[in-house]
Amino acid sequence: MILEVQGLTRHFGGIKALDGVDFRLGQGELAGIIGPNGSGKTTLFNVITGIYRPDNGSVLMGEEDITGLPAHQVTRRGIARTFQNIRLFRDLSVMDNVRIAHHRHIRYGPADVLLRTCAFYREERRTQEQMEEFLSIFSLQDRGKELAKNLPYGDQRKVEIARALASHPKVLLLDEPAAGMNPSEVGTLMEFILRVRERFSLTVLLIEHQMRLVMGICERLIVMDFGQVIARGLPSEIRRDQTVIEAYLGTAIEGTLRNKSGKR
Amino acid sequence: MAFLKNIAKAVLPIAVLSGLLLFLSAREILNPYWMQIFQLACIVAVSALGLNLIYGFTGLFSLGHAAFYGVGAYTAALLTKLYVGAYGDEAVFATGAVFLGSLLAGGFAAALLACLVGLPTLRLTSDYLGIATLGFGVIMKVIFDNADSFLPQLGGARGMTGIARLTGIPWAVAALVVAILVIRNLVHSTYGRALVAIREDEVAAAAMGIDTFRYKVIGFTAGCAFAGVAGGLYAHLYTFLHPSTFDFLKSFDVLMIVVLGGLGSMSGTLVASFAWVFLLEGLRVALPPEYIEFRWVLIPMLLIVTMLVRPRGLFGGWEVPFLRGKVYR
Repeated sequence: MILEVQGLTRHFGGIKALDGVDFRLGQGELAGIIGPNGSGKTTLFNVITGIYRPDNGSVLMGEEDITGLPAHQVTRRGIARTFQNIRLFRDLSVMDNVRIAHHRHIRYGPADVLLRTCAFYREERRTQEQMEEFLSIFSLQDRGKELAKNLPYGDQRKVEIARALASHPKVLLLDEPAAGMNPSEVGTLMEFILRVRERFSLTVLLIEHQMRLVMGICERLIVMDFGQVIARGLPSEIRRDQTVIEAYLGTAIEGTLRNKSGKR
Repeated sequence: MAFLKNIAKAVLPIAVLSGLLLFLSAREILNPYWMQIFQLACIVAVSALGLNLIYGFTGLFSLGHAAFYGVGAYTAALLTKLYVGAYGDEAVFATGAVFLGSLLAGGFAAALLACLVGLPTLRLTSDYLGIATLGFGVIMKVIFDNADSFLPQLGGARGMTGIARLTGIPWAVAALVVAILVIRNLVHSTYGRALVAIREDEVAAAAMGIDTFRYKVIGFTAGCAFAGVAGGLYAHLYTFLHPSTFDFLKSFDVLMIVVLGGLGSMSGTLVASFAWVFLLEGLRVALPPEYIEFRWVLIPMLLIVTMLVRPRGLFGGWEVPFLRGKVYR
């Protein structure tokens, strides 16, 4: 078990955004979270990654309890994420975006920086080379010097994933990676996620609305509604699950349905 | 030994520039008045570079810069007043050492205070931080005004007099060159990238493993330390300190310089600092005496025009090649 969430609860005023969420992720799994808008999926990510503190419940990373740790501490424990509305450092180059995530792996001290010692140059060069190699995995090697905001949308999504991976995580959380993508881009993204998981031996948890992506690559699904997990299982099971269908489409009321169809 | 070479590279421009200026003043090509203005410009530039680190690079909106400048000025002035005479007036090296120590102490005092102020206030976001630092500026002004009640040497509202005139061209040039190099080296390192990441998007920076609060405190403290050192130089240039020099309104002068030059552009801050100081003095000479206060009409107008024509400051984010981030060879 690499990531485990137990009884996670979070209120915003009178609204229960999370209401006792439990799930476990095994090493190397690729799981998806689905659910109608406002069902608490992004809040769940924010609580896991330390942007919000939970009111109750716990988050375990491996053996360690990481509940309520600040965001940078969570990242250092090996959880990286992307954001639903891309949050790149827009006015910085693509290279700087990934280099920033590499921050805590850089080994030189303040004295090296102020005096520009050999250690400083060596370490900067090593970082530069490592990040260039890193960008080439994403076929972004020629984009290093461009400002993040000048890239096309699909590439920005890619850079965000690359940036998350540059912090060397064990678990990757993707918040709607396919939002705003056309069908062919979604296809590329699916292959891409699979390839990245393989290459970095990652555990991936993703939130997504595009059923093609979710059903296509997720090995296991968690369905949320009103802050609760209402179903979990294999994609094929979820597809037929009555509670899930009701959460998305609502329940049919005998009379109204017949009336409407009768009029037409 | 890369760093020995780098130190040599820092000493060289200081020596050449100071030598040239001293030569020109000895040959009476530059008169002492303009030499003094040049030193003031260097001092203002050091302080403005500090604010650029805080506001331009880290994105922290601070309106308390003049107060930190004042803390450095009073601290350094008090120390030289207490210790410079101690070794006799002939001891040039001892005086120099005491002065250097006092400047560093001024910078340290400002940094310490910045740290104390920063720990509670840097949890605030931009606008609120501005108000909080503004409040700090007002408090410090009151303390400067009444400083004579706890330390008579500080002079309080009557001003502090009898400060030795120790700042000279080499000191001012050295402080400026060191400030430029330190900030350049800092900004183009992983620490500087962390600061810029906070400016760009604090939530994303934290999600990338950067301890945002810690780096905000570091950026703020470092920037204020430069203000402190600049204050110390100022005190020993004009040999008289008055609380009105460190009024919170003076924080806006520095802020205008930084914005005018372009946020996050060291070249811009440098040019704007020198332009600011020389324009203020130049207009004093150029305008007929009865119109001298028109300086404060012309300069704001210039400011408005600049902001209309170049909204991101004179230099935008542009840097001269020397200040760019070439961090590997």
